[in-house]
Amino acid sequence: MMSRIIESASPRALALLAIVTAVLIAAPSFVNNYVLSVLIIVLYFAYVGQAWNLMLGFAGQLSLGHALFVSLGAYTSAALFIKFGVSPVVGVFAAIAVAVVAGCLIGYLGFRFSIRGVYFALLTIAFAEFTGIIVDHISWLGASSGLFLPVKNLQSNDIVNLRGSPTMFYYVILTLTGLALALCSWLLNSKLGLYWQAIREDQEAAEASGVPLFRYKMIAVAISSGLTGVGGVWYAFYYNNLFPETMFKTSQSVEIILGSVVGGVGSLFGPVLGAFVLTPLGEALTAATEGMHVDGVKSFFWGLCVAAIVLFRPQGLWPWLYDLLGLGPKREGKKP
Amino acid sequence: MQGRSLAFSGSHVSAQLYLNVAVSGLLTGLIYGLSALGLSVIFGVIRIVNFAHGEMMVLGMFATLVLFRALGIDPLLSLPLVAAALFAFGYVLQDLVVRRVAHLADHMQFLLMAAVAVMLISVCLMMFGPDAQGAQVSYGFDSFAIGPLLVDKVRVYAGVAALIVSGLLFAFFHYTLTGKAIRACGDNYTGARVVGLNVRRLYALTFGIGTACLGAAGAIMLLLVDVHPYLGPSYTLLAFIIVIIGGMGSLPGALLGGMLIGISEALAGVILQPSLKSAFSFGLLILVLLVRPQGLLGKVAR
Repeated sequence: MMSRIIESASPRALALLAIVTAVLIAAPSFVNNYVLSVLIIVLYFAYVGQAWNLMLGFAGQLSLGHALFVSLGAYTSAALFIKFGVSPVVGVFAAIAVAVVAGCLIGYLGFRFSIRGVYFALLTIAFAEFTGIIVDHISWLGASSGLFLPVKNLQSNDIVNLRGSPTMFYYVILTLTGLALALCSWLLNSKLGLYWQAIREDQEAAEASGVPLFRYKMIAVAISSGLTGVGGVWYAFYYNNLFPETMFKTSQSVEIILGSVVGGVGSLFGPVLGAFVLTPLGEALTAATEGMHVDGVKSFFWGLCVAAIVLFRPQGLWPWLYDLLGLGPKREGKKP
Repeated sequence: MQGRSLAFSGSHVSAQLYLNVAVSGLLTGLIYGLSALGLSVIFGVIRIVNFAHGEMMVLGMFATLVLFRALGIDPLLSLPLVAAALFAFGYVLQDLVVRRVAHLADHMQFLLMAAVAVMLISVCLMMFGPDAQGAQVSYGFDSFAIGPLLVDKVRVYAGVAALIVSGLLFAFFHYTLTGKAIRACGDNYTGARVVGLNVRRLYALTFGIGTACLGAAGAIMLLLVDVHPYLGPSYTLLAFIIVIIGGMGSLPGALLGGMLIGISEALAGVILQPSLKSAFSFGLLILVLLVRPQGLLGKVAR
């Protein structure tokens, strides 16, 4: 399977992929702490963006509540670690379980009662906000004052408990992003992926040709929410603090989807590219508006940039870059 | 908390308290309903979900605040001015920007409106700062006593104003030629074009009318609530809930949903905790989506 995917890619695309991978692996040895911290955020958004993209871009189901899965993963693993000393290496499975159950619940309700399109998106928002308010009242999870992980000054990295230097977190999220990319690329070309794309392109036609809609949509939601939950585990241990009033918010979900949409929904490398464009753009805007000392200037330009991308590159940046760099094999149907 | 201690002091008092709370919730709900009408009109005709809904309402609140501070105009009197200003804003926004994403997928439209929302928050933040500010009217602490009921004067005025604006809107859509033409566009886009309607202009008008509702609702809301730039998202979510409960695109449904949410939020604030009242609304939303996804008064979703 993997070899077939590699064979179908153009040499130029493979060379570019190899170079980017090599640079990313070597990056911590030659960049300073600031650049490393930006790269870490970039990779985090590339990862969760990829997970979200699997649901909309591959299977055609729009979720605007992915903050829920990040938060559930984060809260589950953090609570297990703080209260019972369970290592995140074990806790991640609990986190996946909780996120998948939540995803399947929303999916089940949505797909069973044929809540589609905008309505389904609103259902996902409602679930995220609803859970946020509930968590806000659970004192065992810190309620509104937040949940904090103990920060220790370690001499060496403790990978089992995910306590350590930014470099360690960098490699963890880099590995996760790489694995998610490989998984998605494999899924996209598998029978499952083909079913998904059939549903995405035309649900009625897919159903008429015998694709069991409900089952395959549920699988998409389950994989997407599980992957996102893993991202939440990483998030909890990297940031060490969780607040319900920010974690579950729609604005958090928007941040997750932004990279994918800007990069190109439905493509493999779109979410990665989007994250690499947007996070540095945000940093640049912060630097450029720092001297002004006026609240809101940065976010204004941020909104302007997003609106410009929607208006002028509605297919995302990846298809455009893909053609520009001539990465595609020279045949028709040039979908990456 | 004060409400709760009262509630336990006797069954008669408690019934009276609940009635009082319900009536004031109903009046607030009428403003929610008016604001939700703005969302419903836009979605019903243009099929675009205005994710910058709450932010536009906050814009209306700030405009009202400016008029109150600079010229001392009562929020209810500045209502037509603010509505007109928001109408112009909505008209231009639809004609210059939103029109261009009509053919794009849902998530692109969502992102564009979210970007508009972010920009609106930023502008409000730059101009007014992050603090909550209110308009204190001279009748702010007066109340009407009707039998056992004691209702705030501002709330009564606010509710009545919301009803009048909603009534005007219904009349517009049912008795004027333009209103009928707009409904025709919403019912059948192709048909509307075939009979020669200027759909582009009518869409811009519709968006303008939708945002004018928000301006009016914002002006009224300033009587009850202090405004700050981050108020927007909660209004957006509230309007979604109301519109889905009432039925997307149904105008009476929006008003009905607004009243339902107003009453249930007020009662949930007394019976449960005030901070849990929005969880209650979300629960209601999920319930409605499952039992009747097209909403209480909605047509079957297309």
